[in-house]
Amino acid sequence: MTMTPFPSTTRRRGKRAGVPYSFLAPALILFAAFLAAPIGYAGYLSLRRIKVSGLGLGAGSRVEKWAGLSNYTRSLSDPEFLPSVQRVALYGLIVVPVMLGLALLMALLLDAGRTRVGVFARTSIFLPYAVPAVIASLLWGFLYLPRISPFVDVLQSLGVTSPDVLSSSWVLYAVANIAIWGGTGFNMIVLYTALRAIPSDLSEAARIDGASDRQIALRIKVPIVLPSLVMTFVFSLIATLQVFAEPMTLRPLTNTISWTWSPLMKVYRDAFIRNDIYSAAATSVVIALATFALSFGFLKLIGARAFNQEDAS
Amino acid sequence: MTRKFLPLAGVLAAAVLLVATGCSSDDSTDTGTTTEGKVNLTYWSWAPNMDKVVAGWNATHPDIQVTVNKQDGGDAAVTKLLTAIKAGSGAPDIMQAEYQKIPTLVSANAIADIAAQSASVKAKFPDSAWNSVTLGSEAVYGVPQDSGPMMFFYRTDIFAKLGVTVPTTWDEYAATARKIHKADPKKYLGTFSAADPGWFSGLSQQAGASWWGVQGDAWTVAINDAATQKVAAYWGGLVQVGAVSNTPMYTPDWNAALNDGTQVGWLGAVWGPGVLEGNAASTKGKWKAAPLPQWDPAKPADGNWGGSATSVTTQSKHKAQAAQFINWLNTDPAALKALVTDANVYPASTDATSTALTSPPAFFADQPDFYTIAAEAGKVTNPFTYGPNVNVAYSAYNDAFAKAAESKQASAFTAALATMQETTTTDMKNSGFKIAG
Repeated sequence: MTMTPFPSTTRRRGKRAGVPYSFLAPALILFAAFLAAPIGYAGYLSLRRIKVSGLGLGAGSRVEKWAGLSNYTRSLSDPEFLPSVQRVALYGLIVVPVMLGLALLMALLLDAGRTRVGVFARTSIFLPYAVPAVIASLLWGFLYLPRISPFVDVLQSLGVTSPDVLSSSWVLYAVANIAIWGGTGFNMIVLYTALRAIPSDLSEAARIDGASDRQIALRIKVPIVLPSLVMTFVFSLIATLQVFAEPMTLRPLTNTISWTWSPLMKVYRDAFIRNDIYSAAATSVVIALATFALSFGFLKLIGARAFNQEDAS
Repeated sequence: MTRKFLPLAGVLAAAVLLVATGCSSDDSTDTGTTTEGKVNLTYWSWAPNMDKVVAGWNATHPDIQVTVNKQDGGDAAVTKLLTAIKAGSGAPDIMQAEYQKIPTLVSANAIADIAAQSASVKAKFPDSAWNSVTLGSEAVYGVPQDSGPMMFFYRTDIFAKLGVTVPTTWDEYAATARKIHKADPKKYLGTFSAADPGWFSGLSQQAGASWWGVQGDAWTVAINDAATQKVAAYWGGLVQVGAVSNTPMYTPDWNAALNDGTQVGWLGAVWGPGVLEGNAASTKGKWKAAPLPQWDPAKPADGNWGGSATSVTTQSKHKAQAAQFINWLNTDPAALKALVTDANVYPASTDATSTALTSPPAFFADQPDFYTIAAEAGKVTNPFTYGPNVNVAYSAYNDAFAKAAESKQASAFTAALATMQETTTTDMKNSGFKIAG
């Protein structure tokens, strides 16, 4: 080994080059441990399978082996998979517009200062978001069950027979209702914060020009908060694709929610009920890819326009 | 670009490696540490107060000390055990295992054959229970702990008011169900529960079904057999005419119905008093137990709903000592007494009826013959073999029969059975199990 002295500048630069990485290291280690490694492992598992021989009893009768893409074809061709995707699409068509519509409406009303009880209203709209989805679903489940629901009694005393909301024609709305109840508050706060950031002289100028409150809201405020609206939309889209806690909690209460009601429930069933983590991993990868494609596709489609508008205003 | 990211990739790779080694090198939770001849065993069980039962063993066996680790329930414990087996460490020495999970656990090589130590206690158990731990082979994968012979519970006060008598056959049960619902449209004699596959398999067992079987080196699957079809068609018919309810059991709604007297009867099992006490304590003294209605009164039969064995895991380093404890737990008179009084268990051992089950459960204090009915039911329980993918069949039951129950069509019930059979065999073939026929 020859000790050729490095030129001092190179050595210093070499030393410095390591510095950013040591600063990055904690984040990278966490990223690798809790994101990259599990994703990689799920991808690996999705290409494996268990092969049993004979009765499958005793040691050595089951071996893990390479499966190629067979888990993917099995998962995608499962007769329950497509209906669960369609169901969740319909669910999203209900939840996302209603939730964001309500959130925007409430944010605009709060911002317009029409409500005397601003802080109280804001807190009470936000509060359901603080209730965990499982608890919320249990609470709503109790309200849905005809024999114990107070609503049924109230409606009956008014002479109205309430429909069984857990029956097959209503159950989608029953689940959607829980998600809307829980999610509106969060989206309202995001939009409200964006609205508060708008300089008040814009509204004042519009008012001097003779714009009505509604015109100010629709023509000035909504276009300005469009980026926030886009963000909440993407978040809601992802949440829709991952709907799990609400139907899972309601499932034992009714005949109308199957183990494969939503794609993620199918993943859960395959992994923990059927002990088939391999096909569960394959379905998870499919769901993850669909989520990426939908969110980034949407952002690409609408993002540029929305952000341009912000710059223009 | 590549050079810039090379160190980054290096850090990432190092981090992944670090995590991977961190996961695999941890053996500190291992079981069964031996110090000076003393053996410590861990025992996973979800029965209440099992530690009190085990204290009786620990006091008299200073060299084999057992520690109970309370589990959430049968399903959760199996998932945990299978994960530990896959990981190579972390499993207990001894494990409570429901009968229907034993083939799954054997297939995953999670529980050990303890024939050398435990084959000798065979005579203490009814054949149906013993068959569940041997799977019909020479091996012994556990010692039966409790069984759940099915029984019929009914509200004496409402039966008296409506002037109906206790049904002894399924025909009478159907007639009684119709009569009760006609007298008061809010009331039902029972419900068809798509949420409880164990309930339906017990009723099918009574009718003579055995959903799986071993034929040489191949499995048979007979979920869609004549006996089960009879049971499915029977319940489909009752749901179609609205004589029984179609909503699941074990929901807040069902609890309310038990309390307010709209569920007039319940097809449960010997552990039913605990459920009724927990969910409808205010109805104490109004319930009575009767044998399950029969298909053929000349040939009385019964089925099991629930029940479990105690097994030794393949990871245990002290299998012989563990088996010794298991034999004691499930056959020793003092242990049986403790199982009944402390852990609320209905022991599978045939000795228990005369030694430990001398007084009825508290909720049925007025019915001194409670355990006599249960023992009679246990004696006529049909043999039933579980297969290696019970979970698949059971979740298929949930989905297929939920749809059928919701549709209220008798034909949908038999169709659901066909779906269940199809799903179960497809899954087995897919995994590579050999299926006869």
